[in-house]
Amino acid sequence: MSHHDVHPLPRIYRGVFAAAGPLLYLTGVRRAKLGEWVSVRSVGQTRRGQVIDAGEEVTVIQVLEETLGLRPGETEVVMSGTTARVVVGRELLGRILSGTGAPLDGLPAPVGEDLRPIWGEPLNPARRTRPGDFVETGVSAIDGMNTLVRGQKLPVFSGPGLPGLQLAAEIVEKARAPRGEPFAVIFVGVGITARETQLFLDRFKGSGASEWGVVYLSEARDPTIERLLAPRVALAEAEFLAFDAGMHVLVVIADMTYYCEALREIATAREEIPGRRGYPGYMYTDLAGIFERAGVVQGREGSLTQIPIVTMPDNDITHPIPDLTGYITEGQLVLSGDLHRKGVFPPVDVLPSLSRLMNAGIGPGKTAPEHREWANQLYAVYARGREARMMAAVVGESGLGDPDRRAMDFADRFEREFIGQGRARRDIAATLELGWRLLERLPREDLLRISDATWAVRDTAGGDATVRDATVGDATVRDATGRDGAGRDEAARSAEGTEASP
Amino acid sequence: MSRDRDTAADAASPADAVPARGAAATKASAPSEPPPATSIAPPPATSAACAARLIRITGSLAVARPLREAALYELARVGEQGLLGEVIRLDGDVGTIQVYEDTSGLAAGEPVALTGSALTAALGPGLLGSIVDGVGRPLSRLAQESGDFLRAGLTAPTLDPSASWVFSPGVAPGDLVEGGDVLGEVEERSGFTHRILIPPDVGGRIAEISEGEVSADAVVAVLEDGTPLYLGHAWPVRQPRPVSRRLPSDRPFVTGQRVFDFLFPVAEGGTVAVPGGFGTGKTVIEQTLAKYAAADVVVYVGCGERGNEMAEVLNEFPSLIDPRTGLSIMDRTILVVNTSNMPVAAREASVYLGMTYAEYYRDMGYGVALMADSLSRWAEALRELSSRLQEMPGEEGYPTYLGNRMGAFYERAGRVIAAGRPERTGAVTFIGAISPPGGDFSEPVTQAALRVIGGLWALDAGLAHQRQFPAVDWEVSYSLYMDALAPWFVERCGADWPELRAAVLELLQRDRELRDIAGLVGVEALQDTDRVVLDVAALVRETLLGQSAYDPNDAVSPLEKTKALAALSLSLHRTILRLLEEGAAYEELDIAAARHALFSLRNSGSADVEARALNVERLIAALGTKEPEGEGAEVAALEEAATPESPTPESLAPESLAPESPTPEDGEAEV
Repeated sequence: MSHHDVHPLPRIYRGVFAAAGPLLYLTGVRRAKLGEWVSVRSVGQTRRGQVIDAGEEVTVIQVLEETLGLRPGETEVVMSGTTARVVVGRELLGRILSGTGAPLDGLPAPVGEDLRPIWGEPLNPARRTRPGDFVETGVSAIDGMNTLVRGQKLPVFSGPGLPGLQLAAEIVEKARAPRGEPFAVIFVGVGITARETQLFLDRFKGSGASEWGVVYLSEARDPTIERLLAPRVALAEAEFLAFDAGMHVLVVIADMTYYCEALREIATAREEIPGRRGYPGYMYTDLAGIFERAGVVQGREGSLTQIPIVTMPDNDITHPIPDLTGYITEGQLVLSGDLHRKGVFPPVDVLPSLSRLMNAGIGPGKTAPEHREWANQLYAVYARGREARMMAAVVGESGLGDPDRRAMDFADRFEREFIGQGRARRDIAATLELGWRLLERLPREDLLRISDATWAVRDTAGGDATVRDATVGDATVRDATGRDGAGRDEAARSAEGTEASP
Repeated sequence: MSRDRDTAADAASPADAVPARGAAATKASAPSEPPPATSIAPPPATSAACAARLIRITGSLAVARPLREAALYELARVGEQGLLGEVIRLDGDVGTIQVYEDTSGLAAGEPVALTGSALTAALGPGLLGSIVDGVGRPLSRLAQESGDFLRAGLTAPTLDPSASWVFSPGVAPGDLVEGGDVLGEVEERSGFTHRILIPPDVGGRIAEISEGEVSADAVVAVLEDGTPLYLGHAWPVRQPRPVSRRLPSDRPFVTGQRVFDFLFPVAEGGTVAVPGGFGTGKTVIEQTLAKYAAADVVVYVGCGERGNEMAEVLNEFPSLIDPRTGLSIMDRTILVVNTSNMPVAAREASVYLGMTYAEYYRDMGYGVALMADSLSRWAEALRELSSRLQEMPGEEGYPTYLGNRMGAFYERAGRVIAAGRPERTGAVTFIGAISPPGGDFSEPVTQAALRVIGGLWALDAGLAHQRQFPAVDWEVSYSLYMDALAPWFVERCGADWPELRAAVLELLQRDRELRDIAGLVGVEALQDTDRVVLDVAALVRETLLGQSAYDPNDAVSPLEKTKALAALSLSLHRTILRLLEEGAAYEELDIAAARHALFSLRNSGSADVEARALNVERLIAALGTKEPEGEGAEVAALEEAATPESPTPESLAPESLAPESPTPEDGEAEV
């Protein structure tokens, strides 16, 4: 970015001829740069801002803080001469910072190792490495059905009142670097409440991971516009940790819905032509500028994985925010109100959920050779069971054919025993074995997605299903929440690893 | 190299020889001619333009003055960094430039230089196997220069100037040549002949011509009037390349995907839109077609999509072998990549660049498949620029000329006799993904496409959630090429092909109706003949229409296998109906073995198709003739006979595709 910022000379201008919402209009500014960082002093208060329209005559500045009480005539604008940059470095680990990178933890401002433009530069697609390293999150609905890999961006589509943030906390707590590589978590709180922040921080600290984390907060009470900066400031640090310091970085952003609302608010203030539901037409590009910063780079050690949380307004997946997010990210984990009400945690609805990079992260040497078939088969029977359940609601269970009845029974068990795991951690072997046991309750004519070859391996290696069923009682259940039913039928067993080894 | 090429192009294409068509025609604001073609890396500005300065920068648009000398769609260098941009509006001496790179840091007062040329594609040997951005900069070589992240203001010629080629002349001194003629050829990739074309607007008598090894930017021939000819030439991307004549669409573009080849075939030179909400598998379809469809050359435009997907293509394509040529898939592919986080203006240009590459290989006489993923991102880029120009918006904020622009673009596809001698037939088949917001096809981009396409492959989120892939909604999708292609299919696949297709569609339609009824009264309340329809239709959906892009045996389906699956499912249906008529009870018919055998047929490589199909046939025939008790053992024996290999994971090794090609999973395992 802006390589001619070599000797920035701050210039001071007095008087703003017009002000509207967060926008200030100045005349006579010489050589204002697009994106230039400015300070705005008015009535004893200093605010930060940015040039969004650099003209010969009129320069438009967007102020990042609340403009309440700002007096245009008495305002002084200091043009910094450079575009926005932030301090990055390993030193930031363990810190809690604001959306613009200022300390919130009472400690001095970090010096860091470098100054980076917060807008970043696009990664050359030809330099990317295809992500393919399996991340074991310990959550069956993810590891088994929607596998996460390093360098992926996999959002959680939550709904009002659904535990999206809890699921993210769960992943942060349980995700493990398979070979003990350096690992860091960056949490970006955007527009969420202090209570939600606290919830996450408690879990985060409890897990002992906080010294390997950086927290950026731009909460509901902070100025709208700072929300637009927070994810980018955090990602500048994440890129440094991943691609310069060689760490595996997991970035959790909660909540992108508030980010998008801030974007809409600012666009309206700029009097831009609105797109769908009032959101600006460039929202796709803008979101891509955040999500596309995930990845793995050829010849560099680290990786940058993103788990943004999107609260779907009114649980509507076609709303522009989840919709555009889904077009950019590599899949989505969709939470379901129905499952949540049934006490299933995490309430992941696996049918609309998807991990586009799953195939790269599973298979021989990673999870199990038959993982793909196994998942396809679980999907197929579960989808049939869900359809049958809907049909049964109309015509009654007796109106169903036998295979439909079996599928419906399967769907119930699958939700309760496989998806629902409370706060227990299941390794991939346990997840796969649990899936097999549910499948093996069905006759093989219902399981045509499993190839003969896989059955042959399973039959020789696994013994017969009834014998193993007897071990279900040994399941070690660790339900830390103590919530009723959440981990009830949980079967987190170490399944001798028979199916997991290739 | 750029200097040489510029001279070449300037001499080769005088401004008045380039008709003002294409992009300029849809803009009414100024009647300027597009400037002549030159290379992608323009020379320093002329003195007249040096005085121009920026007066305003907002987003990706820069406004400069004075630009009285500029032509619409002329390329400009903006600011001290020399960012690449295109003049898109002229108003008096004020010009608006759409900048292809990140504009942050630009300030009013910085210089603007006109280049005297429009945005052009550099065409010549060396394009195959390369990966370029939306304006033709080679991304691999940019990385050598600037590292892993793309800085603004970088330049590099599309074609590597340090390459050299072995040139075999096709004409001799004294021969009279004209635009489009084949001057000679080079072997671009092992086994792939790149015909060196005379630029469309050049002609004359050959004075001298070289032979043997020449460097990429050398003069290989000179006309009597002194015009030098090079291995390559430049062409403005927004202008269709001229052809001798267009041909009717009477042969299919065989995709290897059953649901497309069987139900909704596209003609070679045809156009298809693939709309679908997120997660419905647009990208997988585009990539699968890029890998397995019967094309000589594939141009893949990643327009505003994911960077990791491009990494996947780059990782996977080089190791996949095209069974028809034995060459790596990458050797027939050109990737144009402008991911969603790269500048928006270049995204707008990227589809035109891809189309120009496709037309160029078409002119050599090849069948080219152009894939664009996704046209919605292109339309959004158009909307964003239009909005910044403060044009009056049309529906959903898209500019009112969206439909025209899309129509003009789709019309560049087609099967043609190329201009020039010797006669060559080539085709550009265009398959464009569309990402409708919320999966709602009533939105402007899908609707604009529907007006001009010949085929619609509509993807459905419901099917995708059930993991029915490709998630093609057979009730909404259509092909307007069916009648034109029927003779080809009859000749190639047998006279019963159209009937089979009609019967399968009828079965699916009946299934739809029955499922609605079953939803009200329950399956148990249906008659046996209707329950048969539900069961057979489910089998058709899974075995015929469903196809796994990740199963090495089934990722590509030869037409024989497609036909066998369709014919056998229908035969099973007929047999059951006959048995019911003869008094059998549906519950007592055990069709599990036949179903299983159909799945085995689906999962088998092309070498096994005949044996497995025969096996299914026997099992269907056995349905009526045998006692249920005796069936099991006999079926097992038949199964055994038809499937000689042992059922181990090794039997899943790639067969049909190519022996050397690892599957995505296999490839990954080695990493």
